[in-house]
Amino acid sequence: MMLSCKEVTRLVSQGLDRPLSPGERLRVRLHFLICRGCARFERQMAFLRLAVRRLGA
Amino acid sequence: MEDFRRRVEAERGYLLRYAALQLRDRHAAEDAVQETLLAALTGESGFAGRSNLRTWLTGILKHKIIDAIRRASRDGAAAAGEEDANLDEVVFNPRGHWATAQPAWPDPDASLEQAQFFAVLEECLARLPAKTAQAFMMREHLGLETADICKELGVTPTHCWVLLYRARMSLRECLQANWFGAR
Repeated sequence: MMLSCKEVTRLVSQGLDRPLSPGERLRVRLHFLICRGCARFERQMAFLRLAVRRLGA
Repeated sequence: MEDFRRRVEAERGYLLRYAALQLRDRHAAEDAVQETLLAALTGESGFAGRSNLRTWLTGILKHKIIDAIRRASRDGAAAAGEEDANLDEVVFNPRGHWATAQPAWPDPDASLEQAQFFAVLEECLARLPAKTAQAFMMREHLGLETADICKELGVTPTHCWVLLYRARMSLRECLQANWFGAR
């Protein structure tokens, strides 16, 4: 079953807060293959984390 | 001693902004900073020039902020009035796909070198609803685990993930509109 972008962004966000299950990880990876927007979203989230850690450092 | 006091006092403005960003309450922020400065001045020996003064003060302030959040959530103040706009409906179409194409962020690492970028980021954080911002800052800035954040804010883990998700979505939109898409 294909995930929607909305579901994928939720999992990408949760992946920053808890370990995703192997099934979740697989479905997210498969989605990235066909969706550039969500792949970008994941990179943007990694960047956001880095930026906030540097805030006021 | 006088010199140390002056140097500590000079950091007040910075610390106040830092605390206000996370506490969303001017009085609570002022209290936390006041306690921090007091602790610093009575504990000068703890500093002993071993690190950057601002870093040392910020380290003390983080503990005061966590204490303040704890007190506020015990008083139930943090639970009041959460006005989350539903960003999902704007960002995604009814089928759950991106409503508009998602632009890439060009050379984000270069942004990390610019003070102006961090000013925009702070402005974006200030626009988040209070509880959303607190959950996000506890997670990403103070580095707490989700379980601890849920406990401090008195929400379920699922709600905690929702708050963190909303914070990230909205910060992303804000940075896109005011930084990456605006240059």
